[in-house]
Amino acid sequence: MTTVLTAPVVHTVTEVPRRWKTSIVLAVMSIVAFVSFGLLGDDRKATVVWSDASDAIALPDLPVTSRVLCLVLGVVMLALAAFSVWYTMGRRRVPLWLIIVFGALFITSLVMWTGAGSKVPVVFLLAGSIALATPVVFGSLAGVIGERVGVVNIAIEGQLLAGAFVAAFVSSITDSFTLGIIAALIGGALVSMVLAVFSIKYLVDQIIVGVVLNALVIGLTNFFYAAVLSDNSRETNFPGTLPAIPIPLLSDIPVIGSVFFDQRITTYLMFILVPLVWFILFKTKIGLRLRAVGEHPLAADTVGINVNRTRFWSVTLAGMIAGLGGAALTIGSVGAFTREMSSGQGFIALACVILGRWNPYLAALAALLFGFSKNFRIFAGQTGSTIPPDLIAMVPYLVTLVAVAGLVGRVVGPASAGKPYVKQ
Amino acid sequence: MTDPTLTPLAEIPEEKKAPQDDRWSTFLRDLASGTPLRTFLAIVVAFAVGAVLIIVTNEDFLAAVGYIFSRPSDAVSAAVTAVGDGYGALFRGSILNLQGDTFAQIVRPLTETLRLATPLIAAGLGIALSFRVGMFNIGGQGQLLFGAGFAAFVSFQVHLPFPLHLLLAIVVGILGAAAYGALVGFLKATTGANEVIVTIMLNYIAFYLISYLMRTPVLQDPSAGGTPKTVAPDVSAQLPPLLGGGFALHAGFILVIAATVLFWWLMERSTLGYRFRAVGLNPSAALSAGINVNRIYILAMALSAGFVGLAGVNQALGRTAGFTPTVDAGIGFDAITVALLGGSTAGGVFLAGLLFGAMKAGGPAMQVADVPPELLGVVQGVIVLLIAAPPLVRAIFRLPAPAAKIPRVRRRARAAEGTVSK
Repeated sequence: MTTVLTAPVVHTVTEVPRRWKTSIVLAVMSIVAFVSFGLLGDDRKATVVWSDASDAIALPDLPVTSRVLCLVLGVVMLALAAFSVWYTMGRRRVPLWLIIVFGALFITSLVMWTGAGSKVPVVFLLAGSIALATPVVFGSLAGVIGERVGVVNIAIEGQLLAGAFVAAFVSSITDSFTLGIIAALIGGALVSMVLAVFSIKYLVDQIIVGVVLNALVIGLTNFFYAAVLSDNSRETNFPGTLPAIPIPLLSDIPVIGSVFFDQRITTYLMFILVPLVWFILFKTKIGLRLRAVGEHPLAADTVGINVNRTRFWSVTLAGMIAGLGGAALTIGSVGAFTREMSSGQGFIALACVILGRWNPYLAALAALLFGFSKNFRIFAGQTGSTIPPDLIAMVPYLVTLVAVAGLVGRVVGPASAGKPYVKQ
Repeated sequence: MTDPTLTPLAEIPEEKKAPQDDRWSTFLRDLASGTPLRTFLAIVVAFAVGAVLIIVTNEDFLAAVGYIFSRPSDAVSAAVTAVGDGYGALFRGSILNLQGDTFAQIVRPLTETLRLATPLIAAGLGIALSFRVGMFNIGGQGQLLFGAGFAAFVSFQVHLPFPLHLLLAIVVGILGAAAYGALVGFLKATTGANEVIVTIMLNYIAFYLISYLMRTPVLQDPSAGGTPKTVAPDVSAQLPPLLGGGFALHAGFILVIAATVLFWWLMERSTLGYRFRAVGLNPSAALSAGINVNRIYILAMALSAGFVGLAGVNQALGRTAGFTPTVDAGIGFDAITVALLGGSTAGGVFLAGLLFGAMKAGGPAMQVADVPPELLGVVQGVIVLLIAAPPLVRAIFRLPAPAAKIPRVRRRARAAEGTVSK
């Protein structure tokens, strides 16, 4: 018997397999950029416009020959791709900063190629992307919180729509944006609570409840829109938009000032919430508990965490955040509510959750990519680009698909996301 | 000697998987065995909720509420009239128009219901198939667009005599959608990508791809200018009207009846259906039983999308004009609720499709009666919400839980052994 215990344990060293997917994707993208934007590029000049006439400090416009810049950027991208191959050869993961820098360069290259022969308004591109991304960022934060505690939230779409509706409605009838935002928080939370009750108490499949809730919220908002708002839109659906609040001094900085420090309250809240959610999830005791509930509810229960209560309140909080995103859709952007105006942004937020690997920062970055692509479509239309607008619109979804299937692949989310916890 | 601790360790992953599979199977069994009574009650509750909404948004009622304490009968009668008008219009618009003069006018609403139910049933069958295999196909919209796009392409780019042309367009449409669906199964099987996200993304990709093609000579009507619109199908590729020219109902309904029978045979009688159900109930057990689960995923998604593609074919060929990228008209998403309401069975989906078709047909009549037809969206949502949560309906009507006895006995037995902590 003792011989068995003392027998030497043989460790077979299995080599970590090289993961080529990322390098291959980067290599292909850099070659595409180098060849089509650079070698086959446009010799005309793209005029980079940093600021508009109303800015306190005006930077001069910068004309750049599109092809030259794209060739330079292409070489840098090729170098980064080679660098990623070097990482892969060494059986290491390609670092995230490399992918992000690569993405930024690729986008710059694309913009400069498209803008050849016309102007490239930097502030419009950046601020517009942020504005279009705002509801998606809120939605993806809600998704991250939900999945981190083990509840898959397909109903983000419904929460955005509910938030958008009540924000516009309450702001209109009370003439108070504060009440409108509070109502949006409550609206999003109510949708979330239904999701939470059904998935936690009645143990209904979370994806099914989510899909059904979306249908229900679409039905409800459409009904009230037709029955109440459209009859008397002047009083019930005419909220106006939140004023931009320029932060003194900071908003005078060229480019950065206009992009980050001259925004609406919803955008500032987004700037605060993304790091806050990250900090709470990963740096506090509460966050540890939340993640424990999502990863291993039985273990969390064993150490005295009330799993279902934690899930319920986390999902409710997530719904409030999504409701805020809804407010950003109406009073934070166009003002009035229109039928089904969330138009699938909740689903995009869901994709951002996965693209962002359940991390608030990365999810927000993914949302920003979506915002940019939407904005880019407008920009390409203005420059008279020959790329078909439908194909431009398709790109972010294609990127997500490729990322989910290839780059992200079997990236594992919270282990217990989607599974109800039944106390034994 | 073997280490005694090895055996339980090796078994842990299996046990870990079990609850999820079990939950799905319980859920599906619950859906499939959903008693007609419960479904009926869910529909009743949903229409009651709808009635409340009609009442609280009715102007006569709101005016009468102002003096409810002096004359409550006014408010009551206003409420009854509002609900009666609304639901009366729904009946008139979807089943029988008793105000009609001729027989044709009286039964026309019913034929409209059948026509509008056709794509819902076809797409519902597709989504139901994916449910039965334990997958969630949210890509109805994209698959429908692909089916419609392929069918439209054949319907005016190829020129053949009548039955052949129609048949070819139908087959190509279904195959186009099926290939698109197979891609989802392929991605799930090879890369492990979550089919929910993949199908959602593919919805958008399909929408923009088809929109793009509708702006190019591949699909675009030359007279449409810059807007995306297809050429009208050749007469030889149109689904012929069933009841003569006076009615819009066309042969697509016959196709859908055939599809329902095929679905029933496939899922309940064929070997392939048996494998589908086995994978749906417990993938790991199916794998152990020698079923190639990955191949089943691909095949099931292809077939699922094929049924949805039939809905697209119906939309593309059941008309005499071209169509725009909005041809989906929400059918792709409605199909999910149809499949849920129908318990993912052939007969259930057929009936659920008829119900939802009736709601679509009755909408315009409700609009005329000054009740927003959007109300029906709420009713549909409430129905499926209640269907999805059997315990809730049981709680509302105090119905007995069907399988409540067994766990209670088990709990008692375990309590007797002293293994239950709380």
